Amino acid sequence: MTLSAHFPVLQVVVPLVSAPLAVLARRATAAYAIVMFASWIAFGLAIALTMQVRSEGVVSYPIGNWPPPWGIEYRIDALSSFVLLLVSAVAAVVLPYCRRSIEHEVPREQHYLFYSMFALCLAGLLGIAATGDAFNAFVFIEISALASYVLIALGRDRKALVASYQYLILGTIGATFFVIGIGMLYLMTGTLNLADMSERLAATSDLRPVLTAAAFITVGMSLKLALFPLHQWLPNAYTYAPSAVSAFIAATGTKVSIYVLMRFYFSVFGAGLVFELAVGEVLLVLSLAAMFIASAIAVVQSDFKKLLAYSSVAQVGYITLGLSLESVSGLTASIVHLVNHGMTKAGLFMLVGGAVLVTGGSGMDRLAGLRRTMPLTSFGIVLGGLGLIGIPGTAGFISKWQLVLAAMERQEWWLVFAIVASSLLAVAYVWRFVEVAYFREPSNPADRRREAPATMLVPAVMVIAASIYFGLDSSLTLGGAATAADFLLGTSR
Amino acid sequence: MSTDSIAVCLMLPLAAAGGIALANNRPNLREAVSLVASAALVLALLGLEPAVLAGNRPTLDLIEVMPGLVIAFEVEPLGLLFALVAAFLWFASAVYSIGYMRGNGEAHQTRFYLCFALALAATVAIAFSANAFTLLLFYEALTFVTYPLVTHHGDAEARNGGRTYLAFLLGTSVLFLLPAVIFTWHAAGTTDFRAGGILPEGMAPAAAAVLLAMYVFGIGKAALMPFHRWLPAAMVAPTPVSALLHAVAVVKAGVFSIVKIVVYLFGLDLLGGVSTHWLTATAGFTVIAASVVALGADNLKRRLAYSTVSQLAYVVLASALLTPLSIVGAALHIVSHAFGKITLFFAAGSIYTATGKTNVSQLDGIGLRMPWTMGAFAIGALSMIGLPPAAGFVSKWYMLSGAMSQAHWAAVMVIVASTLLNAAYLLPIVYRAFFRGVDADSKPHGEAPLPIVLALVITAAATLMIFFMPGVPLALAHALAFGACE
Amino acid sequence: MNQFGALSYAITVFLMVAGLYIVIARNNLIKTLVGLSIFQTAVYLLYIAPAKLPGGTAPVISAEFDAYSSPLPHVLILTAIVVGVATMALGLAIVVRIYEAYGTIEEDEILNRDREAR
Repeated sequence: MTLSAHFPVLQVVVPLVSAPLAVLARRATAAYAIVMFASWIAFGLAIALTMQVRSEGVVSYPIGNWPPPWGIEYRIDALSSFVLLLVSAVAAVVLPYCRRSIEHEVPREQHYLFYSMFALCLAGLLGIAATGDAFNAFVFIEISALASYVLIALGRDRKALVASYQYLILGTIGATFFVIGIGMLYLMTGTLNLADMSERLAATSDLRPVLTAAAFITVGMSLKLALFPLHQWLPNAYTYAPSAVSAFIAATGTKVSIYVLMRFYFSVFGAGLVFELAVGEVLLVLSLAAMFIASAIAVVQSDFKKLLAYSSVAQVGYITLGLSLESVSGLTASIVHLVNHGMTKAGLFMLVGGAVLVTGGSGMDRLAGLRRTMPLTSFGIVLGGLGLIGIPGTAGFISKWQLVLAAMERQEWWLVFAIVASSLLAVAYVWRFVEVAYFREPSNPADRRREAPATMLVPAVMVIAASIYFGLDSSLTLGGAATAADFLLGTSR
Repeated sequence: MSTDSIAVCLMLPLAAAGGIALANNRPNLREAVSLVASAALVLALLGLEPAVLAGNRPTLDLIEVMPGLVIAFEVEPLGLLFALVAAFLWFASAVYSIGYMRGNGEAHQTRFYLCFALALAATVAIAFSANAFTLLLFYEALTFVTYPLVTHHGDAEARNGGRTYLAFLLGTSVLFLLPAVIFTWHAAGTTDFRAGGILPEGMAPAAAAVLLAMYVFGIGKAALMPFHRWLPAAMVAPTPVSALLHAVAVVKAGVFSIVKIVVYLFGLDLLGGVSTHWLTATAGFTVIAASVVALGADNLKRRLAYSTVSQLAYVVLASALLTPLSIVGAALHIVSHAFGKITLFFAAGSIYTATGKTNVSQLDGIGLRMPWTMGAFAIGALSMIGLPPAAGFVSKWYMLSGAMSQAHWAAVMVIVASTLLNAAYLLPIVYRAFFRGVDADSKPHGEAPLPIVLALVITAAATLMIFFMPGVPLALAHALAFGACE
Repeated sequence: MNQFGALSYAITVFLMVAGLYIVIARNNLIKTLVGLSIFQTAVYLLYIAPAKLPGGTAPVISAEFDAYSSPLPHVLILTAIVVGVATMALGLAIVVRIYEAYGTIEEDEILNRDREAR
């Protein structure tokens, strides 16, 4: 077999192997180099896999040459390649950022451990997207989760420890619920391979265990994707984690969990079954609650990172709203917002991390008058904020347009108004930053202009610029999302 | 070749912005950039005029943002008219600003000129929008680019004014305009502006009425009641900002958008079958109510702000009448109000710069000390009221003709009544200035600085010229109304 | 489903709910972890118990038997146990660090100390 045939497994193996190598390397610089190299290779692999999927359709790779359904199969299709691209791209951009950022927030002697955990988290997330086996998905979910618990606990503030513990408890409950669901599916079908499971479920007549499994999987993944009201772990975790970790996890953690939900709903259970269950209505109500309540809570936050965290909960609500609409355009809106929001939030957290480095904290008081000391960073945050609101010209606008269009197709006019009304709440919390940074004086007026170091500023600015670029030319993001949605619903029952 | 001309027109203000940023430390060079760029823009736009009047519609396609949704530009009569007005008044404002900003020792002047240039870029882009999607994009951009101008002073008052500004403009555009554009896309499969409209013929009248309402109220920049509050709130800005943006660019972008949507998105035929009484009623109410508030306002800028709200509603009222004559009137009123109102605002700023006075009650006898300023003010007032020899007379004539041709007596009554109200709140100022004695204990002062007076003379002269030589604006307005109603 | 099956499901559900209850109701961080562990154990039982077929033998192919208990769940649960162990280890490590930072491992005390420090 040529090397390119092994790409699916290399996608996961390369970051996975770099983790123990980083530990062995001991020195921070060496560990950093190893992990960064691995993540760039992973990004290249993701691009290569996307091209393969475009030409071949579905790329199937049996691990160890054991044919599915007896062996574990890695299965890359339009949706998984999209998610792989997002995760690996975010990692490739955040890693250069990490170097200076964690110097400030993580004790020097723990840097090599930080990088190895980062690599492990990346490997786990990539594995979730690449795998075609249900239990393998669980294992990777736990790998990425455990690594992220460690990463979050490395934050400077002691509250990071409590946040990490809380996330550990809730995340483990979520993963365990997920495993219960898989267990039931295994009992009903006798297989763990997702594609095989789908066929066998179609033939099942006794629905009650299947529906129970669907319920457990939904609740389990809802805990991990922070669907309101199961979002309690998110604000503290994002706030007290080191800034680089916030940037990485905010852009990828919840998104991959949503991917798992989509995969199970459409590829395993089948859209018909799932939406018969009133999952659509439940998701709709919870998404609307997330959009409004989380945005409202964000408006009154006094810490900017916590504001962004609640904003994430609200934005995840948009994604699940698209999911609940049960149509190709709704699903397209979800998938494109998955990518657009990941991009925007990563950029925002990276910029805020730069501000934390320069000003010493992320409270609104610290950020007062930021336009004087860090004009580029402030402007970047404003641009990112415009993306969260969904102003034309930003990536967020593309997703919002799609979502409103999907609601219009179903003639749900009240939903159209709900979607745009919640964007106005986003204006409220974005404008809090504008007023603090542009209308107040810095606490230390003598501060000279001092941007974050280049290795931090450049990746952050690149990501924000990308979010504007993809707001003006959405062919890659929207096109990819539409293809993925078509594929997912087309192959669903 | 005309594609290049569009590109030139769009790039000029952007290039000016770049030049202003670079010339940060050399004020004279920086101001020269604004002056040269605005003059060049006027010339470039005039260059497009013959082609457009001959029936050509130069186009320029930029980026396809989403499948079927392109950022595209197309020059048609109304857009060219609007762009010409904006560019010409940019030049006048640049002259004026030199006097005002330096005379009042304003800070952050580079940011001011920079945002001005960017606002003009957005305005030209709005004027040349080929479809509602492009219009929406640059409409929102204009809101954000003018926010730093409105909050220029950076104090608590400016911040609060900015909040109201943003709340009303973003609120209306996100809640109403955005869904309206998306719905247009959903129903018509395109958002292009085309003669005769693009909405499907079989569209239910109720749906069309709701969509029209969403557009009209979603375009908050047109300051139709009850979404007009941002206009007086934005008066916290320095006067050149109030003058250009709120007499010309921002509010005109609003009413321009409404006229464009009525003519090119809905089409006069489709709207003929839809009940628009609610629209004429709202516009009529705004005309009268705003004039009444203006009567009671002592702060000069506030009075002028409410006068603007009232005058903008004229344009909406005329559009709602749906006849070619009234459409000519609407288009012409965009022009005449722009020149007249900017003259009035310039005068207000001139008074403030020379004397520090802001209220009408303080203006006794000021005409004797500042004859040029108050002379220009008088001409502007004549235009607002609609008396010859000022530009306002021409546009009001067409609007009245349009109303009478429809036998729409309520509209006629509104126009007549508001004319009287305009006189009531503007003429007394002129009277006080020239025919009352100066307060004994007021400090002696002269005219405002030369650049201010120069700008005043330019705009007042233009206001008169439009009456005597309405050639270009009238031709374009006719091309719009009769070209679109074939 | 025979009585054995019903009994094992009943125990599973009882352990699951007990574990969850401990997680929710207990203040002490270590007790919460214990509850989590019990919850996870219930899931192991959920997989393993049904694997045993009535009359089934160990999964070694032999001519005398025709019913074999499924070995796959055992494999899966071994993996799950390892994951559980790792989670437990990490959780306990975090608790140790919390104790170093706060001086207590009672949740309400921790919240109080954070509130006071603000």
